[in-house]
Amino acid sequence: MNTPLSKDDTRRQVLRILGEIAPEADTTSLRPDVSFRDQLDLDSMDFLNFVVALHKEFHIEIPEADYPKYMTLNGCLTQLSAARS
Amino acid sequence: MAEFLMPTLGADMTDGTLVQWKKKEGDRIAKGETIAEVDTEKAAIDVESHTTGIIERLITRPGDKVPVGTVMAIIREEGGPTTSVASPRAVATPPSPPPPSPRTERAAVAPSQVGRLRISPAAKKLAAERGIEASTLQGTGPEGAITLDDIDRATTATTDIAKPVGTADRQARMRQTIAAAMARSKREIPHYYLSTTIDMGRAITWLKDSNEQRPVTERLLYGVLLIKAVALALRRVPELNALWKDGEAHRSERIHIGTAISLRQGGLVAPALHDADRLSLSELMQNFQDLVKRARAGSLRSSELSDPTITVTSLGEQGVETVFGVIYPPQVALVGFGKVVERPWVADGLVVPRPVLMASLSADHRVTDGHRGGLFLAEIDRLLQEPQSL
Amino acid sequence: MTTITYREAVRSGLREALKRDPRVFLMGEDVGKYGGTYACSKGLLDEFGPERIRDTPLSESTFVGAGIGAALGGMRPIVEVMTVNFSLLALDQILNNAATLRHMSGGQFNVPLVVRMATGAGRQVAAQHSHSLEGWYAHIPGITVLTPATVTDAQGMLLAALQEPDPVFIFEHAYLYSMEGELEGSRPAVDISRAAVRRPGNDLSLITFGGSLWKALAAATQLAQEGIEAEVLDLRVLRPLDTGTILTSVRKTHRAVVIDEAWRTGSFAAEIAAQIMEGAFYDLDAPVARVCSEEVPIPYPKHLEEAALPQPDKIVKAVRRLLG
Repeated sequence: MNTPLSKDDTRRQVLRILGEIAPEADTTSLRPDVSFRDQLDLDSMDFLNFVVALHKEFHIEIPEADYPKYMTLNGCLTQLSAARS
Repeated sequence: MAEFLMPTLGADMTDGTLVQWKKKEGDRIAKGETIAEVDTEKAAIDVESHTTGIIERLITRPGDKVPVGTVMAIIREEGGPTTSVASPRAVATPPSPPPPSPRTERAAVAPSQVGRLRISPAAKKLAAERGIEASTLQGTGPEGAITLDDIDRATTATTDIAKPVGTADRQARMRQTIAAAMARSKREIPHYYLSTTIDMGRAITWLKDSNEQRPVTERLLYGVLLIKAVALALRRVPELNALWKDGEAHRSERIHIGTAISLRQGGLVAPALHDADRLSLSELMQNFQDLVKRARAGSLRSSELSDPTITVTSLGEQGVETVFGVIYPPQVALVGFGKVVERPWVADGLVVPRPVLMASLSADHRVTDGHRGGLFLAEIDRLLQEPQSL
Repeated sequence: MTTITYREAVRSGLREALKRDPRVFLMGEDVGKYGGTYACSKGLLDEFGPERIRDTPLSESTFVGAGIGAALGGMRPIVEVMTVNFSLLALDQILNNAATLRHMSGGQFNVPLVVRMATGAGRQVAAQHSHSLEGWYAHIPGITVLTPATVTDAQGMLLAALQEPDPVFIFEHAYLYSMEGELEGSRPAVDISRAAVRRPGNDLSLITFGGSLWKALAAATQLAQEGIEAEVLDLRVLRPLDTGTILTSVRKTHRAVVIDEAWRTGSFAAEIAAQIMEGAFYDLDAPVARVCSEEVPIPYPKHLEEAALPQPDKIVKAVRRLLG
């Protein structure tokens, strides 16, 4: 499909999406293993929007059962690279 | 000829500042189309027209702060007559009182206390320009009419001219507005509170199954089930779906659920999900998503702020188990939902772990009693046990 | 500046007109040997001869009709009618001929006729000599209606009227003939298209014409002592009416009192009020008020005559009522 993105590119994209959902948050100082909800005050609507944005950006299916895997930055990156390989 | 007035976009909104017109004089406007952007204490709101027609005249200037009810523009309704250039507001203005004659002087006719406001045409025009609510003034002109001088005096008395509202400023003012509305609510509304614990097992299982079938873009949040259940329960107990005006409750035919949305910078708004009882869960979800997005982007529509007939607040996400809310006047009820938690639950004589939710009702005792309120909560519970029928 | 009476001003205008244009002649009842009922033409017969200063029989219809014929024939007649009351006898000639011939001939014939007449009350000459009917004439399209109130206008309007291609009616208020005034400059003719602001002010507009101008000015002086600055407008020309000046004034002051010596009902004052309503409604801060004559034939006894007419104190009262 698309040219594979580097891990840095993927990371940048994920942070951009987060930035759109929580415009006032400082995503540069995000701790990669702590859940977004705790750091960015995301609610379920925000998280749903985040998942939908990932789906649109990376063209991947994310079943509801997998939501917890996308709760942290590292989790996202792991899932995205697995889905694309 | 129709008048476009500064709308009430909340219980305690007394005035608003015109940010910009979205239409020019001579433009066509359809009912529901945005005519103006208005800055309130809470947010900049896109205000919709209630009339389809041609914009005859834009009266308020951008930057002007005018009281609720002020005529801001004149819209010539489709098929309506054109007014002459010389008297662009002929329809909207009272006829000049009869000239004083020696006879009326002798008869000493007392000015009529009912009917139209006794105000000179020039004073009426000036009042509109300056955003003065003339009906509150005491006239000093012939036969007690309000004159230019009266408007002048009122203007100097209230020369608190609108300043452009910054974000910090807006937050402070939003706080004030919430403070005023809540203080008024607690001052005027005799609240009573009820709560019940609802077994959410079936609803959550159904939602999980349902979402498995749905692409990620169409999945539902359980909050939508709660809103739909409230909307349908209101059909059974319609007296809770009402507005308190002029000393009595006026039931609303339509069910517009005000949905409390916290804003990221602080503060909250509770815009309406229109006709929540008639929408499918998918439609409701879509509208809810759109509403949250626009609430946070500060682009709510006027009808969404002024229309709610009841409010639903859900603090479960913050881990709170129970919420007893304060009614948002002039509404007469507020439904609160806490967090879904696993609790020991007795079913069929066995203690089992179940996901449960605390639902509460804050209601106006002038309008309903605990018995009806209890029925309402029970109905919500019943509906949530049959999620497939929502 | 020269101080002269209104009567002398009219006479000086007549003399000037007769001198300037050989086509000009004056005719009317008693204008020759007697020197005019109001002595406006005194001495003119000797100066210009019986060809140009012609006494007529007591038949308004006949001599106004003769004037129309002379005008059609290339002359520039000035016809004097003793008072507006008697002009009713000539109304058929005025309305059906003078005012309409240009229209009915498709523009082939115009009637450059000037008719002067006395109007108004205040001299104890009773109901058959005292009415103010110029408002009726102002109703008629095709003619110009002038109401000189100052000596300058009394002299200059006559000369301006003679330049007009169509009939001009000049209403000289009988009470003014003995009034003295200062002739402004030595202009041979004055403008006859505009109203004049005789006294500027910001608080309200007193709108009037003819003999009532002086009552309005007296009222304005009295009001000024109370701190009320009235603007006094002299309409000068009732037809075609200078609506612009009226509206400009009312838009500034937001209040208007119209003073008209005619009866209130159907008066020219009503027309002014309507024009203000149509053109400046949103500038009005009070209803337009009118001070007119009582609706009775003008009485003979002095005190009753005075009571029947607009007076400065009535104007002042109307103003106070308007100010609330």
